[in-house]
Amino acid sequence: MSGWPLQIFAALQRYDVRQLAYVPDGGHAALIRAAHAAPGLRAIPLTTEEEGVALLAGAWLGGARGVMLMQSSGVGNCVNMFSLVAQCRIPFVAFVAMRGEWGEFNPWQIPMSRATRSVIEAMGLRTLRADDPRDVAPVADAALSMAFNGGCANVVLLGQRLVGAKDFHAEAKQ
Amino acid sequence: MTARLERREVVARLLAQRGACVVVSGLGASTYDLAAAGDCDRNFYLWGAMGGAAMVGLGLALAQPDTSIVVITGDGEMLMGLGALATIAAQAPANLTIVVLDNASYGETGGQLSHTALGADLAAIARGCGIAEALHIASFVEIDALAPTLATPAGDPRLFVVAIDRAEPPRVIPERDGTVLKARLRAAFGLPAM
Repeated sequence: MSGWPLQIFAALQRYDVRQLAYVPDGGHAALIRAAHAAPGLRAIPLTTEEEGVALLAGAWLGGARGVMLMQSSGVGNCVNMFSLVAQCRIPFVAFVAMRGEWGEFNPWQIPMSRATRSVIEAMGLRTLRADDPRDVAPVADAALSMAFNGGCANVVLLGQRLVGAKDFHAEAKQ
Repeated sequence: MTARLERREVVARLLAQRGACVVVSGLGASTYDLAAAGDCDRNFYLWGAMGGAAMVGLGLALAQPDTSIVVITGDGEMLMGLGALATIAAQAPANLTIVVLDNASYGETGGQLSHTALGADLAAIARGCGIAEALHIASFVEIDALAPTLATPAGDPRLFVVAIDRAEPPRVIPERDGTVLKARLRAAFGLPAM
C-alpha cells in the first residue's frame, strides 16, 4: 500500500481507530486489505452500509473509535440510520469513494453520485472532500480530529478523479 | 398453536438476573418492555434507527468484550436488518445475545402481519447466516433457563425467537433524548460523555 490509501491508514492508526466497517469498493481495496492485516484494528465487512452506521454508534457507546469505508452509492442506503448519529451526537467518520462524477462509464452510478453530498448534509452530517492526493492526509486528519475531539459526524468524499474511474473496456478485453 | 407468551413477563423474567449486562432495545414496543422491566444506565433504548438494534449490539459487543450485550427487539425491527445476522455471524462475538419478541405483526402501526406470519423463520435465517445457537422459545420454562445466562458472556453469538402474544400493554415511556442515553451508558463504562 502506498500513496493516499496509506495516508488514510496512518491517520486511522494515529487516532487509535479500533473498528473499520466496510462495504467493498475498488478504490478502498488496498485499505481494506491493510485493515484485515492490522493488529488491534477489527475489519468488519457489512452486507449493506446502514449496518455500519448502527455498528459505529454501538462502538462509540462502548468506548471504541470506528470508521466506515464505502462508495457513494452506499450513502443512499444510510439515510434513516444517520438519525442515530444525529440524535445521539455520535462522533462518526466515513470515507466515501465517489463514483459517477469523473470518467464514469456506468450511467446508473450518476444519480446517487449527484445526491451524495446533499443527502449527507440534509441529515445533519458534515462533508469534507479531497480530489488531489496532496489533500488526503490533511482532510483525513481534520475529519478524525473533528469527530473524536470535536464530537462531529464527518463524511470524507474522495473524488473519482483521485480514486480513479473503473475501466470497463479493459476488463471486457480480459 | 400453543399459547404465546405475554411480552412484559418475558422481558421481566429474562432480565431478573441481568447482572452487569447492557441491554439495547429495538424501536417500538421492545423499548417500552425494557423500560417496564426497570430503567437503568445500562439500558439503551432505540426510538428510531429501525433495523439497527442488532448492529448497535455488535458494535458494543466488540468494544466491550467482557460485558454481556443483550439486544431485545421485535420481529419487524429484526426483519428490516436481516443482513446484520450474517455480519454478526462473521464477527462471532462471544458476548452478544439477540432476543426477538415475535408477535408476527407490527403492533405499533395497527397490527399488520409481519413476514414471520407469512413463512419467514428468523431462527432458521440466523442459523443459515452462521449463528449456530438460534432457537425458538415458546415457554416460560425456557425463558427462566435462558435468564441466568445473560449476565456474562455466553461464548458465542446467540439468537432466540420468543413467541409472544399480540396484547399491547400500556406504553412505559423511558428517556428519549439520545445524548442522555449515550452519556449515561458511557458513564456506566467509566467513559466521558463525549
